[in-house]
Amino acid sequence: MNILNILDEIEKVDGEIYERINPRRKAMKDFFQIGKKISLAAMPLALGSLFNKAYGQSTPTAVNEVLNFALTLEYLEYHFYNHALVAAPGLIPAGAPTAAITTIRDHEKAHVDLLKGALGTAARTPLDYANFDFTAGGTFNAVYSDYPTFLKVATAFEDTGVRAYKGQAPVLKGNAVLTTALQIHSVEARHASHIRQMLAANGAAGLKPWISLGTGGVSNDTGIAAVDPVYARENTTLQAGVEITAINGTAVTKAAAAESFDEFLTKAEVVTIANLFLKTGFKL
Amino acid sequence: MENLKANPKTSTTDTDIFDARLQRRAFLQYAGASAAVVAMVAAGCKKDRSPIVSTGTTLDFKNDIGVLNYAYALEQLEAAFYIKVASAPPASFTQAQKNYFQDVQYHEIAHREFFKKVLGTAAIGNLEVDFSSINFNDGASVLAAAKTFEDLGVAAYNGVGVRLTTDAYLVAAGQIVSVEARHAAWVRDQISNGSFADLSSLTSLGANVSGGLDAALTPDKVLTAASKYIKTKINIINL
Repeated sequence: MNILNILDEIEKVDGEIYERINPRRKAMKDFFQIGKKISLAAMPLALGSLFNKAYGQSTPTAVNEVLNFALTLEYLEYHFYNHALVAAPGLIPAGAPTAAITTIRDHEKAHVDLLKGALGTAARTPLDYANFDFTAGGTFNAVYSDYPTFLKVATAFEDTGVRAYKGQAPVLKGNAVLTTALQIHSVEARHASHIRQMLAANGAAGLKPWISLGTGGVSNDTGIAAVDPVYARENTTLQAGVEITAINGTAVTKAAAAESFDEFLTKAEVVTIANLFLKTGFKL
Repeated sequence: MENLKANPKTSTTDTDIFDARLQRRAFLQYAGASAAVVAMVAAGCKKDRSPIVSTGTTLDFKNDIGVLNYAYALEQLEAAFYIKVASAPPASFTQAQKNYFQDVQYHEIAHREFFKKVLGTAAIGNLEVDFSSINFNDGASVLAAAKTFEDLGVAAYNGVGVRLTTDAYLVAAGQIVSVEARHAAWVRDQISNGSFADLSSLTSLGANVSGGLDAALTPDKVLTAASKYIKTKINIINL
């Protein structure tokens, strides 16, 4: 990669490129730090970051878009759990399982309310239960009649939620909103950990609280082929240009390396997943 | 290095080397031209900027390096704890618990080594830990300590993320914190099933029940909470 040429080329069409970068002196410093810390293989990512700053992609509009995107996912999760609790009697066993799903449902409701409040008039149109198809077009027909199927979909939703927030973090960089988003994100991760244990106790023996390598090293460790897109790239062991397997001569296995970092999903990937569960007319 | 130190134009200290357009341009091209040279200069500057502290270690939060070293310090602590547990688990642990503590041990080692590698010569040294308050023969004591470390880890990453200025580091931190949260939830369920996300028990770490928000603490508060487990004196500057 030749950054020198790239900057020259941009200067031809945008004589202000250096001025655009200038007000963000911090961007320059960041870039300096990247050169120092990240291998050349990771430089394209670093360069993208510099240009994001120069062209101000992290505008309030972009922040609102992220929050509305998150709000859609929270509506999805909330209605999914709420319907199970109020309209599918007997689906979830009484006691600890119902208590856990209630806890999760309540958190998703809190997230919906929080995001709606933060967005104010910029909030998206509210989504109702009727706007969703939690069978995903018939893939999960028994979602509200078969407990393991319900837990499978729940696992996919929680792991998607974790990955979706992570993917949007750079848009919120340096913004106080980021802290709130991270606080929601780790709650989703706690949910995912528990739901995976509930699924493990109901047919998916050995499923770990953390996303591990699937059979034969595939990215989806749940064994549910229909949710493969939720686990895209989860078998990654390269982080910021650093190979984690056997890092620095340690006994970290490929499985442990994959488990130790959750991957992010791009917005487009999350939209594809969410649209499976949104009815026509309400798709993203 | 001495030559580099003597020439302010190659320094990243707060003198305004970026102000003139030409210099900025030259710097950009210079930075891109050779990462190796940049690394050398940066290493030289680091020495210039870091105050000399005779004992302990200093976390300078003025840039991402400080944040990464902070994470490195916490991962050192967690890894040391889990290595000790995994090597001699309490007798009361089930096989599943032993297996998962083994898993978590390797996750924390992976995190620790990741930061060490990313930081390179800018990494702080090895911390000396103090686990005298933990009874490693007692399952309840080990689980309670694990819960403390994991919840604190979540609070730490959540609280410090906003200080990161580099996308790659922010994403990496996000990829780690959710794994810590998965640990925290699992450990909590071992202590009391269903407490995986009991936010009301996390308000002292910054959680907010009505918002459904997890813990988040600034580095000074995290280090104060962790201080009884760390012998090495950690100084914080530019927070």
